[in-house]
Order: sequence, then C-alpha cells, then structure tokens
Amino acid sequence: MTAITGADTAATAEAVKFLQTRHRFHWAEVLPWVIAIAVFYLLPGYRLLATQILVMILFALSLDLIVGYAGIISLGHTAFFGTGAYITALLAANNIPDPLIGLVAAAIGAAVLGFLSGWVLLRTAGLTLLVLTMAVTIMLGELANDFDEITGGFDGINFTNSEIFGLIEIDQLWYTSSYIYVLVVLFLSFLLIRTIVHAPFGRMLIGIRENTKRMSAIGTPVHQRQVLVYVISAAIAGIAGALWVQVQGNVTTGVYAFELSGDVLIMIILGGTGRLYGAFIGATVFKILESLTEQILGTNQPYWQLTIGIVLILTVLFARRGLYGIFEDIGEKWKDRSQ
Amino acid sequence: MSSFLNEISTVLVFGLAYAMLLFIISVGLSITMGLMGFANLAHGSFAMAGGYVTVTLVSQMNVPFAVALLIAFIVVAFLSIPFERFLYRHLYRRPELDQVLLTIGLVFVSIAGVTFIWGPDPHLILMPEYLQGSINLGFNIFPKYRIFMIVAGAVIVAGLFYGLERTSIGAKIRAAVDNRRMAESCGINTGRIFTWTFALGSGMAALGGGLGIQILGGIKPVFAFEYLVIFLIVVAVGGLGNIRGTFFAALILGIIDFAGKFYFPEGGAFVIFAVTILVLLIRPQGLFGKA
Amino acid sequence: MKKYLIPALSAAGILALSAVQSDAREYKIGFIGPMSGGAAQLGQQMERGAKLYMKLHKSQLGGHTVKMIVRDSKRPGGPIAKAAAQELITREKVELITGLIFSPNAMSIAPLVNKSKTPVVIMNAGTAFIPNMSPYMVRVSFTMWQSGYIMGQHAAGKLGCKTAVSGYTNYPPGKDSVAAFKKGFESSGGKVIDAIPMGGPAKVPDFTPFFQRAKSKNPNCMYVFVPGGNHAAAVAKTYQALAMRKAGVQLIGPGDITQSSLLQAMGPAAVGVVTASHYNMFLKSAENQAFVKTWQAEYGAKSVPDFVGVGGYDGMAAVYAAIKAANGSKLTADGAMKRLKGWKFNSPRGPISIDPETRDIVQNVYISTVRQKGGLLVQEIQQKFEAVKDKCKELKLGKCGKKLY
Repeated sequence: MTAITGADTAATAEAVKFLQTRHRFHWAEVLPWVIAIAVFYLLPGYRLLATQILVMILFALSLDLIVGYAGIISLGHTAFFGTGAYITALLAANNIPDPLIGLVAAAIGAAVLGFLSGWVLLRTAGLTLLVLTMAVTIMLGELANDFDEITGGFDGINFTNSEIFGLIEIDQLWYTSSYIYVLVVLFLSFLLIRTIVHAPFGRMLIGIRENTKRMSAIGTPVHQRQVLVYVISAAIAGIAGALWVQVQGNVTTGVYAFELSGDVLIMIILGGTGRLYGAFIGATVFKILESLTEQILGTNQPYWQLTIGIVLILTVLFARRGLYGIFEDIGEKWKDRSQ
Repeated sequence: MSSFLNEISTVLVFGLAYAMLLFIISVGLSITMGLMGFANLAHGSFAMAGGYVTVTLVSQMNVPFAVALLIAFIVVAFLSIPFERFLYRHLYRRPELDQVLLTIGLVFVSIAGVTFIWGPDPHLILMPEYLQGSINLGFNIFPKYRIFMIVAGAVIVAGLFYGLERTSIGAKIRAAVDNRRMAESCGINTGRIFTWTFALGSGMAALGGGLGIQILGGIKPVFAFEYLVIFLIVVAVGGLGNIRGTFFAALILGIIDFAGKFYFPEGGAFVIFAVTILVLLIRPQGLFGKA
Repeated sequence: MKKYLIPALSAAGILALSAVQSDAREYKIGFIGPMSGGAAQLGQQMERGAKLYMKLHKSQLGGHTVKMIVRDSKRPGGPIAKAAAQELITREKVELITGLIFSPNAMSIAPLVNKSKTPVVIMNAGTAFIPNMSPYMVRVSFTMWQSGYIMGQHAAGKLGCKTAVSGYTNYPPGKDSVAAFKKGFESSGGKVIDAIPMGGPAKVPDFTPFFQRAKSKNPNCMYVFVPGGNHAAAVAKTYQALAMRKAGVQLIGPGDITQSSLLQAMGPAAVGVVTASHYNMFLKSAENQAFVKTWQAEYGAKSVPDFVGVGGYDGMAAVYAAIKAANGSKLTADGAMKRLKGWKFNSPRGPISIDPETRDIVQNVYISTVRQKGGLLVQEIQQKFEAVKDKCKELKLGKCGKKLY
C-alpha cells in the first residue's frame, strides 16, 4: 500500500494518508471496553445478560467477516457455533474439562467443518447457498437430537469446567470470573479480527464482495479466498459457541437453532455490516431491546417478535447501513458544521 | 407379502398426500423466485393467513369447507397485491440479503399478528361428513382426507399446467420467466404479469394453508417459520421458477419424508435434509433448473 | 476508619433486622414456568393452582406474606429456565424456587441451587431421577414411573394385551415413561414389540407416520407418552383419524394424554382411552369436589383443574409448610428440607407425602377410562393403588440409583 507515496498531488496525498492511518487505533475504540468494565461493577445483577451480549458480539463479528466483508450470505452460521459448543461440552463431559483446551478444540473443529462445507457449498451462490447453509445447520441439529447416547439428545449435556490455569473457576451463579473470562477472550479475538480485515487479505475480500468477476480477472483465486475467510469465520463462531456453553455449564440442541442464525444476522444488519463495531452495537441493542421488551411488556404476547420484525423492516427500508451508519452520518454532519 | 404391500401403499398414499400439499404451497414461491428473482421468505406467512381464514370461516361462520378454501384463496391473493406493489417492488434490484431480511421481518410481524388475534395454540376444524372416517381400498385402509388431498392436488396440478401451457397468460408468464427482457421487447407488460403471478402464487399458498390444517395438526402461529425451510428446499431442489421441477421435487421429498419417519423414526427427520444436500451438491441449479 | 465502619454498619443492620423479625416478613419466592408460546396453557394451569392455594390460605402464615415472582421459561429446553433461576437468585434474591413444568428445566437449575443453597419445590417435571440431582429439591407432582409401571401391569393383566408398541416424545420423561411401562408390562408377561421415538417436545410433530408404523405392527395396545398440552390434543386426533381402534389397537398411557382441561376439546376421539394417573378432575373425594368448585368459582366455569393445576396447588401447600416452619427467619435450604421430608398433606388427589429418603412424592395412582356421559366426556376410575412410591428409585435403576450432585 505504500507504492503510491511518490505521487504528490493533494488528492493522492489525502488518499494515501487515509490508507495509511485507517488501521490505526482511534480513541473511540476504547469506549466499548470501558463500558464493558463499567457494567461489571455498576450492574452486578445484570452480569448474565452482559455476558450473553459479549458472546453474541463475538458470534456476530464472525458472521460479519463473511457477510459484511466477503459478501457471502448464510442463514446457517449456527452450524459452527453449535459445533464449537458441542465439542467443548463433549470434551468436558469426557474428562477433558480444561476450558482453554475446550476453546482451542472448538475453534479447530468448527474450522474443519467450515473447510469441508465451505469448499463444496461456496461453489454455489444466491438462493441455493442460502438453502444449503440452512439445511446443513438443521441437519446437524437433527443429528445432535438423534444420537442421544453421545449428545444427550434434547436435554443435552450438563458438565463442569475445571479452573482456568488451575486457578480461576468459571462461576455460573454470580458470573464474576465468567464475565471477565468472556471479555478477555472477546478482546483477544477482536484484535485478531481487526488485524485480518485491515490486512491486504481483508481488502481483497471487499474486492470480491464488490465485483467478483473483476477480482477473478486480476488473478485473485476467488474461491480459495472465500473458503479461507469462511474457515476463519467458522473458527471464531466455534469459539463463541464454546464460550456460550462454558459459562452456562450445559449444551442443548438449541445451539443449532435456525432461529439463532436469523437472530445473529439481524444483529449485524441492525448494527451495520462490514464495520466491526456494527457487531458490537447490533448485538448489544438486540439483546437489551429483547430484555426490555420482555420486562416492560411481558412475554404473554409476542411483543418481542413484533418489535424486532418492525425494526428489521425499517432498517432494511430506511437505514441500510445500520445504527453504525446512522452514527457515521451524524458524525459527518457534526464535522461539517464545525469546519 | 401382504404386510409388505401394506407398508408400501401406506408410504405412497400418505407421502403423496403430503407431496401434493408441498407442491400447492411451494409453487408460488418457486415462481416468485424464478420470475421476479425475489427471495420471498414470507411466503409461509401467506399460507398461514390462508389457514387462519379457513379456520375462522368454518368454525365461527359455519361456511362449508370447500367454499372456505375458495374464499381463503381469493382473500389472500388480493391481500398480497399491495405487498408486491408497495413493498417488494422496491427491492427487486436490491441485493438478496435485503430481500431475505425484509421478508424475515414480515414473518416475525405476521407471527406476532396472528398470535394476538388467534392465540398461540393450534386451531383445528371439524371436517365435513364426507371427509371424515376412512375408506377401504381393498389392499389397505386410508383416512378419507388423505385420498381427498391427493385428488384435489391432482386437479390443481392439472389445472395449473393447462393454464400455463395452453393459455396466453400462461405463455406470457413462461416467456417472462425464460427471458424477461425479450418478453418486454415483445410488448408484454412484465410489471403487471409480476403482480398477477405473485397474487396467484400467494393464493395457492393460502389454499395449501387451508388444505393442510387437517394434515399438519392444525394451523398455528409458528407455521410461517416451521415449514418455511421445507418450502425453500422443495423450490431449490426443483429449480427456481420451474413448475414441473417443483412438482417432482415435492413428490420425491414428500414421499421420502414420510418413508424416513415411518421406517426410521429415530432419525427420520434428518433424511430429507441429507437428500437435499446431496441433490444440490450434484446439481446446484436443482433437478430441473437451467445450468 | 472506613474499614471498621462497614462491619459496624452491617452489624447494626442485622440488629435492626432481627428487631423487626417478630413482625411480618415478606418471603420472596421465584416461580419458573412456560408463560408464553405453545406451552403457555400449562404454565397458566400451574400458576392458577399455586395462586388459588395462596388466596385460600393467606392467614395461615401468622402475618408473614409471600411474594411470588413469575419468570417465563418459554420453551421445554434448559438454558432459559437456568438463566431465569440465576436472575431470581442473584438479582431478586428469592429464598425458594418453585414451578418447573418440563424436566429439562428442572435439571438445568440443579447446579445453581446446589451452589446457592436455594430450596426447590418441583410442581410438575416428572423424570424419575431429578431429585437425585440436588439435595435441596423436593417433588410434589409425580414421577413417570408411578404411572408407567402400573399401566404396564394393568395392560398385561386386566386389559389382556399380549403385545404392545410404545410411542414417546424423545426427551427424558418420555424415555422414563416407556422404560417404566416396559418393565411393568414385561414383568407381567406382555411383550413390547416396538418403541417409537416421535420427535422432540419443542414442536408438535405430525404423528401420522409414527402411528401408522405402530398400526402396521398389529399390537394389542399402544402406550403413548407425550407432554400435556398441544401434543396431547394431537395424539387422540391422530389415533382416531387412522381408525386404529377399529384395527384393534387400544390406546393407553399416563394421565398426560387425557389432561382434564383438554378432554372436552379432544371430543369422541378420546372415548375409551385408558390412562394411569395420580389425578383427574373426576375423582369422587370430598376434597377434590371442593377443590374443583373453588377453582371454578375463581377462574370461571370454563376453566377446569387438571394434574398440572393440582401440582401447583399442592406445591404451594408445601412451600407454605416450609415458610411456616421458618417462622419469620430466613428460609434456608436445610430448614426447608428438614420440614418437607416426611411432609403429609390431604390433597385433592388423595393423601400425599414426601418420602424422606428420596424427597419424592408418595401418592395414590388411579386407572381410569374415558367415557361419554350426557354431552360430556368423563373419566371413570377403575382401580386405585394406594401410597405408590417411585419404582425407579426403589429398584435403583440407572440414574435413579445414584447421587447426581
């Protein structure tokens, strides 16, 4: 990216500055982490919800990699989330209760599944891809239900993790250590994802999303690159799934639910796709909105479904870049005015 | 030997009845996707609307079942027109993702809506006398309703094929599916064709929703989501916009699904997905789709 | 200075608390049940039963009051119930948890209550081994083995079935129920020729393929377990639609498939179905007739209590007994268990007690048949078995014989 620094027109210089600085850390990027730590101390009664939000952020980030950056639409991302979850639970239930080993195994297992399914599925596109991703996920859910001697069937597996580094217990009642554990894993994974999308590989993905034929023509091995990002995304989704069940201490077929695939897609659309922080905003807003709707309006009627349905329709029609896009627009306007 | 005949005929008759239902509901979805290139995940909601219209007419207003089905068809077909005109039309040229999300949003709203009105529990109707009980076909005994479903399905399929192959409207629709631009340059108003076809497809779905009440254990709010996957699978396996393909896909999947649950109740639900994946891996464009 | 201030303050607080202890105390308890979606009717039955007891026995607690916080467990699976329990314990600071319709709900909260030492009174969930998962759980409802085992013996004996097929919803209570049936049926000389898993509890499947399969095996009896509610309503319909009675197959099962509150809606399809259960609204005892009467006075003539409702009612009686024993001090798990082990109560279903060994229910089991009487369907009691314990724990089978915490 430094090849054009020789050009000296003002416009080019500005472009170069943009390209060179956009991967640098902005002060505002500290914000989500500060909020996360503040929530831990200020709202101890809400740590369970907060932990769930953190896991969902990670899951949404993994989906954003393929939907937002590579332009691959999937309605079956729970295939990887669920596989990571089951691998972790099965290891823990079979005398390998170390949570970190569980995370690594979940990532590897989900990545392998991502490679196998991605290699064949990504040759298709559009509706066929949509149906296939859905079919894979539902089939895995059915398998988990049917092989109940291994998976525990509908009621799933209850398990206990051992301590992290032999020291810190993952606490299922007060969510003290669990919250910090999930936050640390999210932070490290986020650094990795951030590096990937700002690397040339990330730019290449956007190229593929915008114009597959052109990228093909300039010599990009499109299919190979799509499979690669699919594998990375699968591994991260696997980690998210592992975290989800580690803090709960049980896994059920619900981790393969098709509805969850839909929910996580809605989260990134709500937040804004292809933007990293869209996943943060989307997952947080989605879960808090859900919790608030249920607390204020109750659950005796499907108020939540009505709310999210309307929000989704409005987002698609009027705010296609999500809440993050709205923030960006406001930021731009503010900048214009101050100049 | 007779028990073998018994089993085979059971699987075929029940499978066929289910297949007819799948076809009647899915064909509209196939046309929407093939003709308009629109991923309408809310198709199941139109089928569900048909089911609720039928239930309300039959059990609260004592309308005869057959008449109620006809009314459900007409009501939902007309109801669907504003959706196409004012909502879907804006998204024909938008990315598939937008279409998927908008229609998922509609599904949520429709599920919430029917729950508000009819509650979360399934609604059943009392079938007319002539559809109750069973019928002895000599080699085996079947519920009358399943036989009725097969006959009704066959009539609808025949009518549909006749309409598409032998009438000028049908010819226009086929032309628009095959090559929209060419059809437009021949003076066909594809916009209007879209609207009418969409209405027809939604009406068919409603008809299926009404016919399915008895077979699917009542009509309930989750219907729009629960069966969506299966409708999509039928369309994808048959090939988008291919009516003959949709028919054969429904036939194959309907019978396989019943056979799977009959012979392997332990894991039968998963058979249909395995078959789908296999078919689409070999022929991503579907059984009868154009490559 | 600050360091000393806090303990001093909290000591003062404790003193202040103990000062008011002789006065009225509000006991916060958590109630977890499916209050929305397809299983909402079950949650409502249970809540109505619990609230009816509370209303009738307000003055029983010597001035102390009970505040019941209801949380929705939505689906049959575990995670939502577990999250609800976590929030009830840490955010709402409840002293006891009750409710729990589905077995996986009850199982999922066991590790939490073990840790927080919160007593639990189970009002429904019937998988036999659940009380083995926590020393702080008491069950006042039923176990699948109580009905399944007796139904098995009855089918092979009085009903004269030589062969049977069982069909079940594929989750813990379903497996439990058919295992119990098989044990009872085969120990009395019958033979189970096929066991058909019929999908999960989360959604009601089309039962046709499963019932057709059963029919093609030509059994004398078909034993079916499905959870109460929408599943149960669909079973009788399918049985009739496929003309299985004409084909000589007798439908039998636990009381879950002839839930009193759904019986009239099942219509003629249910006539002749034989079930084994600890409760139906047609029991002739004075306690039950009074119970049904007050129920309908409270909730209208259209509402009738069923086994879920009576579970809620009796469960709340147990909760009240524990609170009365605590008498104004904090409700502890040990205290509650001490009071409830061996607890006896004259329930609408007959005399019940808690087995001090297993913390599980001991009660009568009735065999009944659905009959048409006037324009209505009723259940006629054929036989009564008194003070039935959980057979699974008696025989120490599988998880029933183990401590699971």
